[in-house]
Amino acid sequence: MSYHFDFAAVFDYDSALLAGTAHTLLLTAVGAVAGLGIGILGAGCRAWKIRPFDRFFAVYVELIRNTPFLIQLFFVYFGLPSLGVRLDEWQAAILAVIINLGAYTTEIIRAGIEATPRGQIEAAQSLAMTRAQIFRHVVLPPALAKVWPAICSQVVIVMLGTSVCSQIAAEELTFAANFIQSRNFRAFETYLIVTAIYFALAVIVRQMLIVSGRYAFGRRTR
Amino acid sequence: MQKRQFLKTLLSATLIASGLGLAHADTLSNVEKSGVIRIAVPQDFPPFGSLGSDLKLQGYDIDMANLIAHELKAKVELIPVTSTNRIPYLTTGKVDLVISSLGKNAEREKVIDFSAPYVPFVKSVFGPEEAKISKPADLAGKVVGVTRGSTEDLALTKLAPADTVIKRFEDNNATISSYLTGQVQLVTLGNIVANSVNAMTKLRRLSPKMTVEDTPCYVGLAKGETAMLAKVNDIISKAKKDGRLNQFSLRWLQVPLPAGL
Repeated sequence: MSYHFDFAAVFDYDSALLAGTAHTLLLTAVGAVAGLGIGILGAGCRAWKIRPFDRFFAVYVELIRNTPFLIQLFFVYFGLPSLGVRLDEWQAAILAVIINLGAYTTEIIRAGIEATPRGQIEAAQSLAMTRAQIFRHVVLPPALAKVWPAICSQVVIVMLGTSVCSQIAAEELTFAANFIQSRNFRAFETYLIVTAIYFALAVIVRQMLIVSGRYAFGRRTR
Repeated sequence: MQKRQFLKTLLSATLIASGLGLAHADTLSNVEKSGVIRIAVPQDFPPFGSLGSDLKLQGYDIDMANLIAHELKAKVELIPVTSTNRIPYLTTGKVDLVISSLGKNAEREKVIDFSAPYVPFVKSVFGPEEAKISKPADLAGKVVGVTRGSTEDLALTKLAPADTVIKRFEDNNATISSYLTGQVQLVTLGNIVANSVNAMTKLRRLSPKMTVEDTPCYVGLAKGETAMLAKVNDIISKAKKDGRLNQFSLRWLQVPLPAGL
């Protein structure tokens, strides 16, 4: 084999790799928090049939879950300016991630809510709790605890999916990889290193989510 | 047995013939004698050279090849090449000239010779009509789109001030879209590309602001072909003066040939 591996050529650009990693993590964190918020709202509306919002969320979930993330991103970045809404690449990336994750978590959390035993809700009603109180204290926490592993997986999937944000020049980790590769022509070394970084990020993010889940719902789950 | 002998004879004959060819490497007199000139041209790089709807080669470089053959009173034999094999075609004597949007650099100058430039291949910063950009310092604080890893990316990165925001897109189409949708204020493209965008859409005009890279194309010749080189340079300067190159430029690039070329 005549190819000489040169990993040092990649580490010359370590600041680009670091910045890319930080941006990917930030994008995932903001997307996860806001996406989870939308998910709880949407799941509540759908499970408790609050008109007309349940219809709205049903359409939203179907629309987002049945279209590619890249197209959603292009629509926000290249499409919306035609309607006079111009978002820069980070605003567009964050918005697209939130919208995407929101749709998936809506469905995941709804499954958890619908698994709530009827008797628990009736018990809460007999204590004269309002609908909002019942949702907040009786239904939501165990529902989230039940579906938390699925939410962790979805957040990791979305984090890996943020790699397509490089297409709109958002300088996240994949952008850093493509940039470095276009400067030093060391495709193998660059992508190998970035693959390792993504893998490490995925493991770390998943563990952090599992631990925080245990902290938040620890007493409720066995 | 007989067949093998024949092959051996053929092989040695070929070797001797090619040896002779190299020994008397005066392309100009060869062409004048045989009445045929072999020219390497692109076949997949519009507007320089591509196959037309009639499956015939067409483009700026094809017109240029025909012009040179016409001036030499020779029949032209067009040999399609790719950007990677065009120089080996020349150094191994498979063609007499390379007219294939060939740019000049130090590595290439070690192995082949170059004529005078015959067409510009300029990359510029483009922007809206009213943007006042004429020198690199004017790019300070501006958002400029460019295709990642292209030669204009490297050139722009070198000359733009530190506080210029360079947005690097995956391919030419994304770069163009980013400008047309107003995501970037300015964009760096090949002038030929920008012209074709202007011809296709009225969404947002691309008006040229500042040259980023100016690497014209040259006719490539084998090393030491001084007679041929002088002849080709004569033809190019004559065609510049009598306006034929300008016609090619208008036809294929939709702009007049710049006076300084």
